Amino acid sequence: MKEYDVAIVGGGVTGASVARELSRYRLRIAVFEKEEELAFGVSKSNSGIIHSGTQNQPGSLKAKLCVRGNLLMRRISRELGVDFKEVGSLIVAFTEEERLELLKIKKESEALGVPGLRMVDPAWLKKHEPNLSDKAIAALYAPTTGIVSPYRLVYALCENAAGNEVEFHLGSKVKKIISLPAAENIPRFKIFTSKGDFRARYVINAAGLYADEVSKMAGVGGFEITPRKGEEFLLDKKREHLVNHVLYPLPTKISKGILVIKTSDGNPMIGPTAHDVSDKEDLSTSDEGLREVLENVKKMIPTIREDDIIAYFSGLRPVAGHDFIIRHEAVAPGFINVAGIQSPGLTSAPAVALMVRDILKDNGLSLRKKIFFHKYRRKENHLFSIPFEKAGKLIKKDASYGDIVCRCEMVSAKEIRDAIDRGATTLDGIKFRTRAQAGRCHGSFCTARIMKILAEKTDKPLTEITKRGKGSEIVKEERGND
Amino acid sequence: MIERELVIVGGGPSGMAAAIAARENGVKDILLLERDQYLGGILNQCVHTGFGLEYFKEVLTGPEYADRFIKKIRGLPDIEISLRSFAVGMTGDKVVTFLKPGRMERVKARAIIMATGCREKTREMVHIAGTRPSGIFSAGFAQKLINIEGLLPGKEVVIVGSGDIGLIMARRFVLEGAKVSGVVEIQGQSRGLVRNIVQCIEDFDIPIYFNHKISRIYGRDRVEALDAVRVDENFNEISGTKFALKCDTILMSVGLIPENELIEMAGVAIDRKTNSPVSEELNKTSVPGIFVCGNSFKVYDIVDSVTRDSLAAGKLAAEYLGRARA
Ligand SMILES: Cc1cc2nc3c(=O)[nH]c(=O)nc-3n(C[C@H](O)[C@H](O)[C@H](O)COP(=O)(O)OP(=O)(O)OC[C@H]3O[C@@H](n4cnc5c(N)ncnc54)[C@H](O)[C@@H]3O)c2cc1C
Ligand SMILES: Cc1cc2nc3c(=O)[nH]c(=O)nc-3n(C[C@H](O)[C@H](O)[C@H](O)COP(=O)(O)OP(=O)(O)OC[C@H]3O[C@@H](n4cnc5c(N)ncnc54)[C@H](O)[C@@H]3O)c2cc1C
Repeated sequence: MKEYDVAIVGGGVTGASVARELSRYRLRIAVFEKEEELAFGVSKSNSGIIHSGTQNQPGSLKAKLCVRGNLLMRRISRELGVDFKEVGSLIVAFTEEERLELLKIKKESEALGVPGLRMVDPAWLKKHEPNLSDKAIAALYAPTTGIVSPYRLVYALCENAAGNEVEFHLGSKVKKIISLPAAENIPRFKIFTSKGDFRARYVINAAGLYADEVSKMAGVGGFEITPRKGEEFLLDKKREHLVNHVLYPLPTKISKGILVIKTSDGNPMIGPTAHDVSDKEDLSTSDEGLREVLENVKKMIPTIREDDIIAYFSGLRPVAGHDFIIRHEAVAPGFINVAGIQSPGLTSAPAVALMVRDILKDNGLSLRKKIFFHKYRRKENHLFSIPFEKAGKLIKKDASYGDIVCRCEMVSAKEIRDAIDRGATTLDGIKFRTRAQAGRCHGSFCTARIMKILAEKTDKPLTEITKRGKGSEIVKEERGND
Repeated sequence: MIERELVIVGGGPSGMAAAIAARENGVKDILLLERDQYLGGILNQCVHTGFGLEYFKEVLTGPEYADRFIKKIRGLPDIEISLRSFAVGMTGDKVVTFLKPGRMERVKARAIIMATGCREKTREMVHIAGTRPSGIFSAGFAQKLINIEGLLPGKEVVIVGSGDIGLIMARRFVLEGAKVSGVVEIQGQSRGLVRNIVQCIEDFDIPIYFNHKISRIYGRDRVEALDAVRVDENFNEISGTKFALKCDTILMSVGLIPENELIEMAGVAIDRKTNSPVSEELNKTSVPGIFVCGNSFKVYDIVDSVTRDSLAAGKLAAEYLGRARA
């Protein structure tokens, strides 16, 4: 039975960050992910905001890890070639009461260490956020708020971790964990997965929505995960310059409210809603959700129209009480829960990883640095993000950059093949990595071609090509030669 | 940078007709860009008959109709056809950037005719509540999968909207051995041609639900079912009329949108509702010397009208270039 020092359950941004951080050390590490690809859980459907750290409860893990995560994200994205844009954010007040509330948030957030906060007036807003409703009377400006592509961040972290010898087991659902009594040289955990059994000395539970179930497998109870749904709606890229910052209303008790978001791919996004649901697989969107989001964002940006929407999705926040749960579980020594990672879990991930590292160290794992840790990752080329001149040079070097597959987002055959070489095995995996199929026509034009490239490179029949894993095949059968 | 008198973007029926007319009206230096590896545009996937009744007074399939123009254009001098050439940029002073495998090129034109066709509206553009599994296709994409790629998208199909492509695909699926459980149309009547309603739906006893809309899609990985519900004259759901249809595939046939992102980039005024160029006169735009024809000017029902109006566009460009008299 194969043995690891550390087994990480869950290939979302939390598991990926922990894996990458631990790959600096001389450890045998594995990540187990039940889905066919990484980042197919909560980490694929969120707002992509690297929050500055305002609006968190003083004294909470969220508050501390968010501010720290925001700082760390800059270096990590540089090392890994992930686009991080510091766009800044505005919490907008429409009444005197709200303005006073902003002053309170400012003071609290400064105490948490959020840098550069500043109140701005209507004149400033008119100049820097011209589409904002003229009913706004003030806003709290947080310059350090940033945006990233959440799934590209996960892919980059994992690629780099794999380059540093972390092993990834995809399509491997952890079904049972047995913790054995401590004995010299024998790992304490036996992990049973849908693709084989393993032993590990330490287990990190970063299973997102299912962290409560995985925890119970190891005999650790004490918390339940409730999914809190957030519906989001993407607008046409033509509306890219609708806003210059991320816009928040005043926060509610359970969420940061419904926002107007800049995304790193250019399409503005509006949402998310925040409603508790009972089903951890319920990713449906609703007419009510659409109405709620439109109504709310129109208060901030009156010119947003339903016609601008080109896509929508929903995500489920894994909520376990008000804060994250990150701790070593004494009842199952060596088992570490990283659970309830709701918002701002994306932002906090790098800081969560450091905290987990320290917990491991405090609980007896010896951390010796590798001599060769590859901290950089070669960035992939995206035609959509470079000027024509540069595109021309790439095409000269490799003709297949000039072979455009996705017309709406300008993605070439070369980029599709690169994505597959870097681990994509499904159409969604290719979409998240390259943006092909994510534009206005939603893949009507390019899906057939992408299927063929994927089939050819993975040596599979077209009937086995899926959207996001088994059960989501695109076509039912090949027609006979008639 | 290359220079050309006239650049035409798109090699479907409209681009070919425009090129032919421009040449016949004296334009001598024409470059036609087509991103696909062959001319003919959307006609290539329309293997059914019913094309050319007006223009050729004959019943042709889509590819046959295209072929006649391809032969004609290939026989004309002074028209350079550049295939696998994807126009990706355009400026107000008529510089077109295009990509080909192996090169990026810029061409400065004295006049431009855009003949880029249209795209189908997708499920994403009409909000339908529910999940987002695989098995939801625009009708034209399903047509391409069956007719060009030889792949059957699904076996139990519901068609949303009753545009011509959806109607034609209903028949196609039945002929391929699939079950078509129904066509759901929000209006009181079809937007499609009468002959398609008769030949593709009624002749095959496919139920068609007028004044109904889809209210929800079910299925985690693959479509499993949908809810249809009757609507009143304001398209509001009538309670108590909801029923489920089992299906593994949903085809969206809910309309077409002219493809005009390139001229928008060049500063041409675009109507935000229709995505057509703002225009006072057939084929003209707000920028002199930039013309638009065929389905990118407005969505046409039949290809013969596309050909007729696109021939006019070729002549207009010739006049603009001082080659033909108005
Ligand atoms: C609508 C919405 C908007 C958000 N916006 C933001 C934002 O703007 N900024 C921000 O900082 N945060 C945001 N968040 C929060 C953020 O998305 C999450 O905190 C973060 O993605 C959680 O990552 P994770 O890795 O812990 O969970 P996940 O990404 O869900 O990863 C857990 C993984 O574990 C796998 N798994 C589960 N069970 C098993 C098993 N038994 N065996 C093997 N694998 C298993 C799952 O398949 C999954 O891939 C938002 C969340 C939502 C829902
Ligand atoms: C499914 C279907 C069924 C139909 N059935 C009938 C019928 O039965 N009878 C009938 O008379 N009519 C029918 N029609 C209508 C007819 O086919 C269309 O009206 C006609 O094809 C439109 O011609 P077009 O040249 O404007 O567009 P298209 O045929 O779409 O051609 C546009 C061309 O431009 C190219 N292009 C676009 N953008 C770029 C770019 N950036 N760079 C380079 N090239 C580009 C495209 O590749 C394409 O070749 C049908 C249409 C469809 C879609």
